[in-house]
Formats: sequence, structure tokens, C-alpha cells
Amino acid sequence: MNGWESLHFIGPALTLLIGAIVVLLVDLITDRRAATAGLTLLVLALTATYATVHVVLGTSGEALYGAVVIDRFGLYFAFLLIAITAAVVLTSFEGLDRISQAGEFYALLLTSCASMIVLAQANELITIFVALETTSIAQFVLAGLGRDDRSAEAGLKYLLTGAISAAVLLYGFAFLFGLAGTTSLAGIAHYVGTGPEGARLALTMAFVLIAAGLGFKMAIVPFHAWVPDVYQGAPTLVTTFLSAASKAAGFAIALRIFYTGLGGGDTFISQDWAMMFAVCAALSMTFGNLAAITQTDVKRLLGYSSIAQAGNIAVGLAAVASGSTLGPSAVLFFLGAYTATNLGAFICVIVVSKRIGSDDIRDYAGLLRRSPGVALVLALCLLSLTGIPPTAGFLAKVYIFNAAIQTGHAWLVGLVIVAVLNTAISAYYYLRWARTMVLDEPADATAFHPTLALGSLLAAMALAVLFFGLNPTWLIEAARRAAETLI
Amino acid sequence: MLTAFLLLPLAGVLMIAFLPKDREHEAKYLALLVTTIAFAISLFTFVWFDRSVEGYQFVDRLQWITAQDAGFTVQFVLGVDGLSLPMMVLTGLLTVAAVLISFNITLRPKEYFIWLLVLETAVAGVFLSLDLIQFFLFWELELLPMYLLISIWGSGRKEYSAMKFLLYTIGGSALMLVGFLVLGLSAGTFDIAELAAAPPAEAIIPLAAIFWFIMAAFLVKLPVFPVHTWLPDAHTDAPTAVSVMLAGVLLKMGGYGILRIVLPILPQQSLDFRMVLATIAGFSVVYGALITIRQRDLKRLVAYSSVSHMGFVLLGISAMGAVGLSGATLQMFTHGTITGLLFIMVGLVYDRAHTRQIADLSGLMHRMPLIGTVFVVTGLAALGLPGMSGFVAEITVFLGAFGPHPIATSFAVFGVVLGAGYILWTVQRVFTGPMNERWAHLPDATEWWERTAMAGMLASIGIVGIYPRVLTDVVNMGIAPIAAVLGGGA
Repeated sequence: MNGWESLHFIGPALTLLIGAIVVLLVDLITDRRAATAGLTLLVLALTATYATVHVVLGTSGEALYGAVVIDRFGLYFAFLLIAITAAVVLTSFEGLDRISQAGEFYALLLTSCASMIVLAQANELITIFVALETTSIAQFVLAGLGRDDRSAEAGLKYLLTGAISAAVLLYGFAFLFGLAGTTSLAGIAHYVGTGPEGARLALTMAFVLIAAGLGFKMAIVPFHAWVPDVYQGAPTLVTTFLSAASKAAGFAIALRIFYTGLGGGDTFISQDWAMMFAVCAALSMTFGNLAAITQTDVKRLLGYSSIAQAGNIAVGLAAVASGSTLGPSAVLFFLGAYTATNLGAFICVIVVSKRIGSDDIRDYAGLLRRSPGVALVLALCLLSLTGIPPTAGFLAKVYIFNAAIQTGHAWLVGLVIVAVLNTAISAYYYLRWARTMVLDEPADATAFHPTLALGSLLAAMALAVLFFGLNPTWLIEAARRAAETLI
Repeated sequence: MLTAFLLLPLAGVLMIAFLPKDREHEAKYLALLVTTIAFAISLFTFVWFDRSVEGYQFVDRLQWITAQDAGFTVQFVLGVDGLSLPMMVLTGLLTVAAVLISFNITLRPKEYFIWLLVLETAVAGVFLSLDLIQFFLFWELELLPMYLLISIWGSGRKEYSAMKFLLYTIGGSALMLVGFLVLGLSAGTFDIAELAAAPPAEAIIPLAAIFWFIMAAFLVKLPVFPVHTWLPDAHTDAPTAVSVMLAGVLLKMGGYGILRIVLPILPQQSLDFRMVLATIAGFSVVYGALITIRQRDLKRLVAYSSVSHMGFVLLGISAMGAVGLSGATLQMFTHGTITGLLFIMVGLVYDRAHTRQIADLSGLMHRMPLIGTVFVVTGLAALGLPGMSGFVAEITVFLGAFGPHPIATSFAVFGVVLGAGYILWTVQRVFTGPMNERWAHLPDATEWWERTAMAGMLASIGIVGIYPRVLTDVVNMGIAPIAAVLGGGA
């Protein structure tokens, strides 16, 4: 393996990083935000092309002395992350929502996206940590980019919790390294495979600490406390990015470390970490849904809802741990479906919030009459979040519950029962919001329409939610092939 | 053929959606056209259905979701047998009636008819699906149009009732999904026919638990005591056509689900819990009838009578024998037409008098002889007068259920007596007696669409009542394999 080939393997991420620098430089020359935004889109398009080349060539293998791998799993997330970032950039044409430094905003988005792509490719603890920290630092700044105190507070809160969780994560990594004598995931997998019973307690310590560190990214209970405050305080564009991209990356790396490193279903500790994620899942769903019921601010509501949804994905992780063959692809499929849904919901919130200047759920009254398109897309996304057919969210839930039950463990069926009951709870607040839009009388009936770019973006999200709900085979197949490369 | 039946309403949805705003009042004609064709398709299916062959006919099959290596395949399979065929015809008939009776809707007519057509597709999907996941999909799909129809076009506490309906149904069906997944994964298939051919002997959780998970959804939908409380609210506050659909076809989804899925796939558990089901059924019949008598609101009265009548369905099912099951299926069909028509009559009265309080209405027969006569005839059918379809169904249920459950059946017979009581008393209070001067100006049913709806429904009640074999032939064929699996438990 020569150096050029290694660079080729991390090419997509490198493209983004170079693009970030170019964006910063261009921002020095021109004040026109559209130019910087356009350039950012161009960079993303180039990256997507590069990633497509990898898919077409079927590239696979390790690079940089085993620090990163290139495989379908990494590429699946690369596409997901690029799509999320592109959606956020497109949305920013509508206005930057309290952010004044356009160049920095776009450069940080690209940096964060690049490091998350590396994160999904990382094959070794040090690389994981570096990539995770790079993306986190970019996100701390993003959360604080807004011009007001609330944004600054959100940024600081995010930074503090992030710093603590990074320390915890590193502590867990140290345990793993101490036990296995290597930082490579393959080496750790080999070590765990030998079944060192005496090291059980230390290994448990290690994975609990790691789960705590990653739980911050995934936003699962009990590592969720930052979510509502940061979601509400940060500029909504940034919240959109965090809720979709950061969560996807968190689950990507959790799958990589736990599934590849600690082994699903067949190692002596897999039942232990299955139980851990099952408890987190049950807590996340129940807490997230119960807390969401009383929210009146839509961003806080979506924050709690994202905690609850993370719980659903954690059900998938517990299934993976218990040896479900469907588990990894179920998690990937859910993340894909959830991304489209969540982006759709957040973009609607951005459009509405810009026009009516409020994030209060009561101000969504009569949205159907004021802006029928936006209201319909938002309603569709809320249905998908609830899990009502014919949306992608319905199949994603069915698929992930299916994976859990497939393992043949009765306690996982119990977990699924908790999950479906939670679905019934969540129907109340999601559909109450939808009802406000469709049924209530608007206080001010002025009509408004999104710009053409945002309108098409929203239409694309709605189509994706419907398409994956009616014909999921393509996405399931992509998720399955990505998951296959994980072992 | 079945796919056409399923997709036709959706085509209608598209056509209505593209109607220009200034022609939105024409939505009703489009809806009528589409539902009439769908009804015609269901009748053709009924005629062409081969009565000499058991099993599913007109099967349309499509691989829908495939995750090859992992054993997660979901098909899109439609098919009818003797059990689903009557339900299909019922759906076709009642949707036409519902569209006709909605001709006076002026509030957002385009949306109204769109949701009514979506509802038809969802319900038809439930009755025709032969795959558990697909069944569940249509089951949940039905929530959305119902919720909107009640909460936009309803009256009274419409939003409260709509939300109550929604949460009850979602709560019930949540556990059903778990049951389906466990069943499907234990057997390696979600195909209802394959599952019924080889019922799983064990699963990762006790089969009894699966039984109750799935039954929960169906019992809520049916509904029976004590999970019936959503029904009177939903009925009272729903617009007339939606009440017709709710009573006529949506409640049947519960009974149909038990017959189609629970009995064939979990026969042993069904036999184990037959006493429990019979007890619930007997209690529902009597409780529903007693509550009905006390009602002061005409629509609420008919709604509570549904609880009582659906108890008969469960009673027939709990007999677990060919006769009882046939009775249950017949009862589902006849209750659909009779109670559907009763709701239409209540709606017609309300449209004119703008009140449903029984105490305020009196002597309506003088002003509206046609409405009054049809109401009386339907009422007689509802209380099980021989020569009407209700009699055939109820007598079959009792014949089937008396052997295994003499006590519950005796209670249910008492329920019939109560039923005669509340119906005749209602007729007396509302239609006969001295004419209240307040109602002196009220017109009779004069619009062609009102008369067509009444005539069509009456015809179906009469045909089945006078010549029940037209239906029983088909039903018995559908029931035979289920009864065989249950081992002639009656």
C-alpha cells in the first residue's frame, strides 16, 4: 500500500477538508453569501462523486496502516452525511437564522462532515477519538455561532458536556487498550474472541465507559441532558445538523466499536452489552416521550422526540448484541429513514419560524391554510416519526422490532413491548401537533410560501419518506450490503 | 380484480385532488362514480366466486420487501375466500351509501371525499390482505382518514372523540404488531395462509401471550366491554356517513381479524380461552343493551346497541364450531347493513330537526312517513324479526353457542329481549305519539340520493333475510377450514 492509495481511500473526507479551506479563503474575498453557499454545495457534490467512484470501483481494504478502512458501511454513512450537510446548506439559502459569520458556518459544516466521514471509516481507537473530537469541536462552535446569549449558552453547555463525555470515552479506550494491548478494532475483536473470563469486569467497565461517551453523541438516556437546551438555543440550522448528522455518526461508530470490536451474539460479553443498550433504550423511549408530551416549543419537542427515537435505534443495538442477523441493517435502515423524516420536520420548522417568528406550537394553528405545502410535508414527517403507514418511519420501526424479536430472546420481546407502547404515547404529541396545523383556526391567516429551493427540498424529503415507506427494498438492500462489510 | 378494487378509490382520490377550486362541489359525483364501480367490482367478484372450491380465489401476489439472507420477506398478497367476500361486498355497498348520504356536505368537500375514499382503500386492504405485515399496514392506515373525518366534519366534542378513537386503536394495535412479529419470525413467514396451514407449536414467548396481544387490538375494535368507551363518543360526534362506515365496516375489522388470524393460527389458545371470550361476549350483550335503554340521544342509542350486537359476534366466535362461526360472520354482515341504515336514518332525522334528543322528538311519522317507515322496518330487522337478515344471524349464533356456553347464551337471549324493548320504545317515542308543533314544517326524505341510499340498504337487508343462502353458502365455505382446524370443538 503506497501513500497515494491511502490518500485515495480517505479521498472523500480530504475533498471536504480542502473544500472547507477554500470556502474560508473565498469568504475573505467576497461578501456574497450565495457564492460561499454555492461553493459549499459544489464541494459536497464533488465529494459525493468521489464516494460514488469508490462504490463503483468496489474499493475495499485498509489504509494508513490500518487506521481507517474503506468499506460499504463507511460509504453508506458518507452518503448519508453528505446528504444531510447538503440539505442544511440548501436550507441556509433561506437565511442564516441568527448566524452572522457565513464563511465560518459553511467551513465548519464541511469540517464536521469530513471528520464524521472519517469517524465512520475509522478502524482504530486513536483515529476514532481524533475524528470524534474534530467533529465535536466544530459542532461546539456551530452551536455557539448565533448572535444571542441563548446560542452562546447552548454552545457552552454543549462544549462542557462534550468535554466530559470525551474524557469518559478516552478512559474507556484506555481500559480496552490496557487489556487487549492494541488499539485496532480487529486486535480487540481477536482478544475478546479468546474469551478472557478473568477480564470480564474490566471489559465491562470499558464498554460502559465507552457507551457513556458515545451516548452523548447518540443522545440516549442517561446522557441526554444537553439535548433540549442545545436544540432550543442553537440556531435551528445547526440543530438540524446536530439532530441528523451527529446522531447518525454516533450510532455508526457505536456499531463499529461494539459490533466489530466486542462482537455481537457470539462472545462471552455480548449479552452484557446487549442488556446495557436494552436498558438505555427503554429509558430513552419512555423518558423522551413522557417529557415531550408537555412541551410547547417545537424545537424542544423535537429534541425530546429525538431522544425517544434514539431509544428505538438502541433497541436495534441490543438486537445486534444478541446476534440478530437483521440487526445491523435494521439500524442502518432506521437511520436512513429517520434522517429523511427528521430533516423534513426541521426544515419545515425553519421555514415556519422565519415567517411567523415563533417556535411555539400554538402558532402553528391553521398552517394548512396559510402554507398548505409546508403543512402537508410536516404532517407527513410527523406521521413518519409516529410510525404510521405508508411512511418510511412505519417500516423502519417494523424492521427494527423484527430484528429484536428475530434473536429469539424473550427479554428482547419485552423490550419491543416497551417500544410499541411508547409508540402509542408518542402518537399523542406528534399528532396533536399535526392536528393544530390542520384543524385549528389561525390567529393570522396571511399565506406564505417557501422559496423554490426550499420547496423542492421539502418535496424531495416528502417523496423520500413516502418512497421508502412504499418501496423500501432499495434502501434495505443498501443497508444490508453496508452491514455485511462490518464484521 | 382485487387490486383494482383496492386501488380504484385511490384513483378517485387523485381525480378529486386535481379538481379546480371552483368546481369542488363536483367532488361528490366523482366519489359516487368511483365507489359505484368499486361496488360493482365487489358484486362481480361475489358472482364469479367459485363456490365449489375452498381456499383463496382471485389471488394477486407481489414480493414487496425482501431482505434475502435474513428471512424477512413481506409480500403484497390479496385474495378472497368465503369469509372475506361478504366483507368486501359490505365495504363496497356501505361506501356507496356513505357517499350518497354525504351529498349535502359543503364544508371542504374535496378533502372530505378524498378521506372517505382513502378510508375505503384502508378497510378493503384489511379485508383482502393475506400477509400479516400488510394487514397491519392497512389496519394502521385506516386511523388517519377516520381521525380527520371525525375531527373536521364532526360535531360536539369532535376533537376529543377523534383523539380518543385514535389512542384506543393505536394502543390496542401496538401489541398486535409484537404478536405478529413473534408469530411470523417463529414460523419463518408472514403469509397468513401458510401460517394457518402449519400453526406454530411454540414461539419465544408463550403463545397464550401472543393470543392476548393480538386479541387486544381486535377486542378494542369490535368493541366489547370494558374497552368499548371510545365507540359511543366517536359515533355521536362523527358525521353521519362516517358513523355508517364506522358501524358498518370498521367494527367488522375486529371480528374479521379474529376469524382470519387468531382462530386459524392460534387454534389451541383460542380453545383454551373460549370461556373467557364467551363471558366477555355475554356480558357485552347485556351491558350494551342495558346502557342502550338509558340513552337520551338517538345516535348514542344506536351506538350503544352496536356494543350489544358485536357481543353476538364474539359469542358466535367463542362457540368455536362451524355453526357459531357462520353465525358470527352473518351477524357481522347483517349488523353492517342494519346499523348502517339506522345511522343513515338518524342522520336524516338530525338533518331536518337539528336535534337528536329523544325527548324533544315526537310524532315524526306524521311529517316524514317514508323516514319513519324505513326506520321502523330497520328497527324490526335490528331486533331480529324473522324474515329479516338480523334474525338469520342471531338464530345461527344461538344455535352454535348454546351447546358450549349455555349460560352466556341465555344472557345473550335476554339481550335480544332488551333489544326489542329499546327499539320499540324508541320508535314509539320518536315517530308515533302526538305531533310536536315544532316539527310541523319538517320535510320527508325527498332527495334522490337519500332515497337511493335507503333503498339499496333495505334491499340488502331484505334479500339476506328472505333468501339467506345467497350469503350462507359463501360464508360456510369460508368457515369450514377454520372449524376443521378447531377440531369441531362445538
